[in-house]
Amino acid sequence: MSDLPITAVPPVARPRDEAAMSRPLLPLRVSGLRLAADGAALLDGVELSLAPGGCTVIMGPNGAGKSLLLKMLHGLLVPSGGEVSWNGTSAAQATARQALVFQKPVLLRRSVAANLDFVLKARGRDRSRRDALLREVGLLHKARQPARLLSGGEAQRLALARALATDPEVLFLDEPTASLDPASVLVIERIVGAARDRGTRIIFVTHDVGQARRMADEVVFLHRGRVAEHSHADVFFPEPRSQPARDYLAGRIVL
Amino acid sequence: MQSIGEAFHLALSLVLSGEADLYEIVGLSLRVSLSATVLACAIGLPIGALIAVSRFRGRGLVLIVMNALMGLPPVVVGLLVYLHLSRSGPLGFLGLLYTPGAMVFAQTILIVPIVAALSRQVLEDLHAEYAEQFRSLCLSRWQSITTLLWDGRYALLTVGLAGFGRAVAEVGAVIIVGGNIDHLTRVMTTAIALETSKGDLPLALALGIILLVLALGVNAGVQALRMTAARQAHV
Ligand SMILES: Nc1ncnc2c1ncn2[C@@H]1O[C@H](COP(=O)(O)OP(=O)(O)O)[C@@H](O)[C@H]1O
Ligand SMILES: [Mg+2]
Repeated sequence: MSDLPITAVPPVARPRDEAAMSRPLLPLRVSGLRLAADGAALLDGVELSLAPGGCTVIMGPNGAGKSLLLKMLHGLLVPSGGEVSWNGTSAAQATARQALVFQKPVLLRRSVAANLDFVLKARGRDRSRRDALLREVGLLHKARQPARLLSGGEAQRLALARALATDPEVLFLDEPTASLDPASVLVIERIVGAARDRGTRIIFVTHDVGQARRMADEVVFLHRGRVAEHSHADVFFPEPRSQPARDYLAGRIVL
Repeated sequence: MQSIGEAFHLALSLVLSGEADLYEIVGLSLRVSLSATVLACAIGLPIGALIAVSRFRGRGLVLIVMNALMGLPPVVVGLLVYLHLSRSGPLGFLGLLYTPGAMVFAQTILIVPIVAALSRQVLEDLHAEYAEQFRSLCLSRWQSITTLLWDGRYALLTVGLAGFGRAVAEVGAVIIVGGNIDHLTRVMTTAIALETSKGDLPLALALGIILLVLALGVNAGVQALRMTAARQAHV
C-alpha cells in the first residue's frame, strides 16, 4: 500500500489539547472531502454529518470509496481537499480515540493473549482486562496459541477484541465479516451490537444487505466517491430514495 | 609433500585427537567472530530498523550505499582498521593492533553493513504489513521499531547467522590487523593460509574441515530456525 500515490498521515503525537480531549468526538461533520490519485477523483466531495450514538452502515458498490472514506475519517489518509471535523477535533488527532477493524486482520506474530497484552500495554490500559476481552470474543481457550494460526473467524474476533481493548469512542469496521462462516458472522455482529449498546459509535462498512438490515440504525450509500443517500434504516431498506441505492438493493449491477 | 589422501587422514586424526593447539585456534575464531556478530547486531539492527520505518530524502541513496557496503572486501576493511589502530593512527592509543580486540573491531565493521542491509529488508517487509495497523493504534516510532524487532526475531536470527558466517570465513581483515601471531591472534582462516603456504597440509585441512562443519552447522541452524518459525506461523 505504501508505494501508492495516496499519502499516509505521518504518526502524530497523541492529542495534547486537554479541552479537545474531554469533548465528545461526535457529532462528525465532513464537508467537501476529496481524495485524488493520479488525477482521478476517488472521493469527490463527500458531505456527511453523523450524530452521536448508534450504528451507521456504509454501503456501496465495489470501488465506491468506502474503505478510503473510513481511513480518512480515522485519520490514516490525508485528504486532497475538504474537511473532517470530529466535533472540532481533526481526524489525525482523533485516531487515538478510535479503532478500526480491517477487512483482513493484521495480527502480531505472537500468541493470542500476547496480541492483546501488547495493545493494552502500548495504550496504557489495565492489563488485567485481557482475559475478560478474550472471553467476550470466545477465544479464552485459545489464549496460548499462536495468533497467526487462528481461523479467519477467530482472527477477526481477536482483531475485534484488540479494537475494543483501546476503549474507542468510535469503532470503524471495514467489511469485517466478508469471507467468514455464518457462525463467526453472528458472533461478531453480537459483539459489535453490545459495544453499540454501551455507547460506542459504530461505523460499519458492509456489502451484505442482510447484515446491513440487522446492524444499521442508518445507512450511508456511497456511489462513485459521493454520498448518494443518507437515510434512516427504516426508510432506506423499504424505499431507498436514490437510484443507485434502489438498483443496489434490487440486486442490479451498480457501477 | 604428502598425497591428498594421506593429508586428509592425518587431518581427521588431528580433529579427533583433540589437539590443544588446534582447539585453541578454533576457540579464538569462535570468540572473535561471535563477539563481532553480537557487536554488529547491536549496531546494525537499530540502523536497519530505523531505516525500515523512515521515509526521508536521500533514502534511496542510503540503501544503495548500504547494499554496496555489504560487499566490502575484507582486506580493504583490514587496511582501514590497520591505519586507524596503528601507533600513529587516530585510535593508536588503544593499543589494539595485533590483538584479538583489533580482529573483533575489523570483523564488526565488515559485517555491520550486512546486518543493517539484510535486517532493513526483513523489517521493511514486515512493516509494510503492520504499518496501517500501527498507525491506527497510534504507536510511537519507538514502539513500532521494538515491535518489528521482536516480531521479526526469527528472520533476524538468520540475518545474524549470515553475518557470523561471513566473519568466521574471512581471512583478509584478521590477518592484517591480527598479524596471525601464534597463541595470540591465530584463527582458523589465517592458520589455513599459513600452513598451506608452509606445506603443512594436514593442519590446514583439519582446520578446513572444522570450518566446513561450522558452515554446515550455521546453515542447519538457519534451517531449523525457519522450521520453528513456520511452525509457530512466524513467516
Ligand atoms: N492507495 C490507493 N491509491 C490509488 N488508488 C486507490 C488506493 N486505494 C484505493 N484506490 C482506488 O480507489 C477506489 C476506491 O477504493 P476503496 O475505497 O477501497 O473501495 P471500496 O468502496 O470497495 O472499499 C478504487 O477504485 C481503488 O482502486
Ligand atoms: Mg473496501
